[in-house]
Amino acid sequence: MRHLMSPLDFTTEELEQLMDLADDMRLHPEQYADACHGKKLATCFYEPSTRTRLSFEAAMLNLGGSVLGFSSADSSSAAKGESVSDTIRVISSYADICAMRHPKEGAPLVASSHSRIPVINAGDGGHQHPTQTLTDLYTIRSLNGSIGNLTIGLCGDLKFGRTVHSLINALVRYPNIKFILISPEELRIPEYIREDVLDRNEIPYVEMERLEDAMPQLDILYMTRVQRERFFNEEDYLRMKDFYILNSEKMTLAKDNMMVLHPLPRVNEISVEVDDDPRAAYFKQAQYGVYIRMALIYTLLEVQPC
Amino acid sequence: MLNISGIHEGFVLDHIKAGMSMKIYHDLHLDQFDCTVAIIMNAKSNKMGTKDIIKVECPIDALDLDILGYIDHNITVNVIQGDVIVDKKVLTLPRKIKNVISCKNPRCITSIEQELDQIFVLTDEEREIYRCKYCEEKFQKQS
Repeated sequence: MRHLMSPLDFTTEELEQLMDLADDMRLHPEQYADACHGKKLATCFYEPSTRTRLSFEAAMLNLGGSVLGFSSADSSSAAKGESVSDTIRVISSYADICAMRHPKEGAPLVASSHSRIPVINAGDGGHQHPTQTLTDLYTIRSLNGSIGNLTIGLCGDLKFGRTVHSLINALVRYPNIKFILISPEELRIPEYIREDVLDRNEIPYVEMERLEDAMPQLDILYMTRVQRERFFNEEDYLRMKDFYILNSEKMTLAKDNMMVLHPLPRVNEISVEVDDDPRAAYFKQAQYGVYIRMALIYTLLEVQPC
Repeated sequence: MLNISGIHEGFVLDHIKAGMSMKIYHDLHLDQFDCTVAIIMNAKSNKMGTKDIIKVECPIDALDLDILGYIDHNITVNVIQGDVIVDKKVLTLPRKIKNVISCKNPRCITSIEQELDQIFVLTDEEREIYRCKYCEEKFQKQS
C-alpha cells in the first residue's frame, strides 16, 4: 500500500506512468467510468478548500466511485479533540482511500502511519501540496509535450508560497531546467530552497525584481499572489505591487508559445483581460488537475485494468 | 582524590564536556534503569582541562548509544566486559533521533498532538542538519 505525502514520493519514471494514465483517462473517459465502482473516497478536510476538495471528488466520481467526508474541522470529531491517528483508524473502516487537508504540517504523514487505506496529502499548512505539483507537471507535459529544456519564471510570493517550493523541488529532476525568480526582495526564495535544492543540483537561476524584464526569456510563467500583509511597509508595497500584475501589455513581451500557469484562486495578479489570450493556461490547469487526481486514485487503489 | 571503583560489565563514557553529564544522564534515560550509575563531574583532563565521566554498570546491550553521537561525537565510549575494556565505540551522527529535541514550528502537528514522538532525521551530515520528520523544520546542531 502506498501513500502520497510529497511530490518526490514518485520517481520521474513513476510520474511518467501516472501522466500516461491521466492522458488515457482524458482521451478515453468512458473506459474508466466504472473503474472504481464500489470504492469510496473520504475527503477529510480540516480546513476549507473548495477547489481541491471538489477536484478530488470530481476525480472519484469520474471513476464511478463515491465520496464521503467533511470540509472543516468544526464539522469533524477534531472539534471534540480526537487525534488524527484515531480519526484515520475509523475512516479506514468506512472508505477505501482518503484525501486529507490539515492546517498542521505533517498531519497527513501521521495519518498514513496509522491508516489501513492509502492517504493522499491534499495540503498540510505551508508544507506540501503534492497533488498541486502533480497538476502543474502534468499541465506542463500536456501543453509542452515534455518536461525539460525549459526556462520557467516563478513570479510573486516566492518566500511563503508552498506551491512554488514543491514545484522547484519536482522540476530540478528534469533535464535543462532554468529558473527566473521574480519577486520583491522581501519575498525571495528561502535560503534552504536556494542552497539545498538549486545550488546542490547545480540548477541555473537568476533573481529579478521586475516581471517585464523576465518576460521575453520565459517558456512558462508561473504566477502567484503577492499579499499586502507580506510587506514590511506600505511604501514598498505601493512601489512594487504593479510589478507583479500580469496584464495584456506585459504579455506582448512574451514568446508566442509561452504558457501562463497559476495554482488559483487568482485575485488580481492576473488581469481578466489575459484570460482570452491563448497562452493563458490556468483554467486548463484546473481541468488537468482532475485527470491527474483520477490517475492517482486509480493507481493508489491498485485498480486492475478492465 | 575521589575514587570510584571499576565496573564488571557496562560502559564508561569518557571525555564528556564538563557540565554535560547530567544532560546525557537524562537523554540516555539512565534515570529509568535499575543499574548503578556514577557521574564524575569536573575531573581533571590533560586533553580538555576538565571533563565529565559517566560509568554505567549494566548489560552491554541495554543502552541505545546513538544519541551520544548527536550530543558530542568526541565522547569516548569504552565497553567493559569481565572488568576489562573489550571495545571502544566510534561515534557518528545518528540517522534519526527520537524524543531528544523538540520541533519549534508552531504549525507542526506535534504542536497540538503532544503524544507523538519527536522524531528528527539527519538530512545533511556535513552541516549537521536535522529536520523534523513531520514538518521538515530545520534543526541545526550547535557545536
